[in-house]
Amino acid sequence: MGLNTRQKTRCIALLIFLNHLLNGISLGSVYAIIALGYTMVYGIAKMLNFAHGDVIMVGAYICFFAVSSFSLPPVIGVLLAMALCTVLGMVIERLAYKPLRQATSLAVLITAIGVSYFLQNGAQLLWTSNIKMFPSFFSSQPIELFGGELKVSVAAVVTVAACIVIMLALTWFTGRTKMGKAMRACSEDKSAAQLMGINVDATISMTFAIGSALAAIAGVLFCSVYPTLTPTTGSMPGIKAFTAAVFGGIGSIPGALLGGVLLGVIEIFAGAYISTQMSNAIVFAVLIVVLLVRPTGLLGKQIREKV
Amino acid sequence: MNKLKMSKTNRVNFATYGMVILAYIVLQVMGNAGMLSSTMKGQLVPICAYVAMALSLNLTVGVLGELSLGHAGFMSVGAFAGAVAAAALPIPSDGQRLAAAMVIGAIAAAVMGTLVGIPVLRLNGDYLAIVTLAFGQIIKSIVENLYIGMDTQGLRFSFLENRIVFKDGGRMILNAAMGVNGIQKISTFTAGFILIMLILIVIFNLVGSRAGRAIMALRDNRIAAESVGVPVTKYKLMAFVISAAMAGAAGTLFALGQNTITANKFDFNTSILILVFVVLGGQGNMWGSILAAAFLTILPETPAMRGLADYRMLIYAVILILVMLATNNPTVQDFINANFRKKKKKEGAAK
Repeated sequence: MGLNTRQKTRCIALLIFLNHLLNGISLGSVYAIIALGYTMVYGIAKMLNFAHGDVIMVGAYICFFAVSSFSLPPVIGVLLAMALCTVLGMVIERLAYKPLRQATSLAVLITAIGVSYFLQNGAQLLWTSNIKMFPSFFSSQPIELFGGELKVSVAAVVTVAACIVIMLALTWFTGRTKMGKAMRACSEDKSAAQLMGINVDATISMTFAIGSALAAIAGVLFCSVYPTLTPTTGSMPGIKAFTAAVFGGIGSIPGALLGGVLLGVIEIFAGAYISTQMSNAIVFAVLIVVLLVRPTGLLGKQIREKV
Repeated sequence: MNKLKMSKTNRVNFATYGMVILAYIVLQVMGNAGMLSSTMKGQLVPICAYVAMALSLNLTVGVLGELSLGHAGFMSVGAFAGAVAAAALPIPSDGQRLAAAMVIGAIAAAVMGTLVGIPVLRLNGDYLAIVTLAFGQIIKSIVENLYIGMDTQGLRFSFLENRIVFKDGGRMILNAAMGVNGIQKISTFTAGFILIMLILIVIFNLVGSRAGRAIMALRDNRIAAESVGVPVTKYKLMAFVISAAMAGAAGTLFALGQNTITANKFDFNTSILILVFVVLGGQGNMWGSILAAAFLTILPETPAMRGLADYRMLIYAVILILVMLATNNPTVQDFINANFRKKKKKEGAAK
């Protein structure tokens, strides 16, 4: 090719940039899927479900054992993880959160923290704290673009695709189906929804079910990229996804996507171009700046304070 | 009516002081008589530190009414500032050095509290909680990448990479993620007791003062308070910074009772743990915070729980959930209210 050295360096820098961008979008997609769970539950039940991050971990463990101990195909493993996490989410909601519908938000928050401790320590008892190496489901041979100059891992492509499919499905679900409309009605005004004949308890339960099923998918995708699985695997992505949900405007589904992807991209770029050790701090600093400029997040509804 | 109410507040305050003094005397006597196991003795300073943390967070959560999820960040600032100060200060007396370190820890945390508070307190509710969480993480990241050493020329700082070149006799104090090693344990139970008493005196006097009433007015209805001329930022910041300073002093107390401290010890989970003390003890209820913090710190270390070894954290989680469910159960609440009312009636009858 007729490129001089300077152009070549520029070209390589651009490719590295693109590579980081793709990694960021892929990581951000996982955050977005987790953030959906937070944002839907917050939208409808007005509670911060701190145990969500640990449902991710449980999902990843279930898939891990299904595939490595029972040698089931990965697809069945994911489906099994989704099914069991759905049940888990609904059981948690029924036992721990439903009795607290009328309680203060702090009481619910502490209960959620209790559930989170419970899941982490339960997992530690059941599966010990030894690191499990999550098997990679996707071919390690990366997809090569630009004649092998730009390598994209299959896992990244699958993650982004999964995120887009989930996003479209959820938009359809909340916009078109009866249950989805009931969910939106409940998040607007619970008592009015009840008067219209919507079963509020069933709707909230459904929200937890969907959120937990998504958490299982996110768990598998996250562990495909970062394969070390321990009982505390879920907490950091949980916290980050939670900030992603706030970043995009908590309660908003497109906001969760935007917040998640932006958070992932910022994290990867901060790690690559500024400082690896400080990448978390930079992510959180950006969050703070965004919240100070737009106090309800990027796509959040601006609620006027009434006297 | 007003007089009666005031006297009730005073009664509760003095009962709280009395409870702390009594607990101190009993534990001292038991300690001297050799009735405390070595594990329990080792737990005394951390218990004092956690009680102080719970009281300080209760000022933010209970009195100011804002949820903070990053309180361990201030504890961390106080812990590391205090540990470095204790290692660097040339004061021969342990007690004086501890006091100086605690003052430095409190000042460092207060400065951090001001820096954090100015932007944070512009937000409300859950968003404020998230930003405090974010600041807690940022403080942890900063401490994990900070190098502090000392030689004859004074303190030397380095960030991200260890670029410190020592003159003769230099040594590292804070070694980034490795934390501070070989801390001289100068924290004592008595120092912890004095710190708790000081914190109680400050909180009770603040709550009873004009500023305290303004802070509580902001908690109960910000808009109404603002409309009668209460400066929002000033009083919110005041409560937040005082709370941070107390957390800093508690952090120093904690750090100087350990051999090693790392930034990991003051992470999100620690913030949550302290919040659990406050919520279980009751928001705005100081003696509740003291009891909850002391009880929950000892609980995993009691012989009964130790016997359960692996299950103790699981049981801890279950207890936490059950307590929250029970205290928020309408039947239980009615029961408590009924008994409470009976008590009041009896008091009225006696008069």
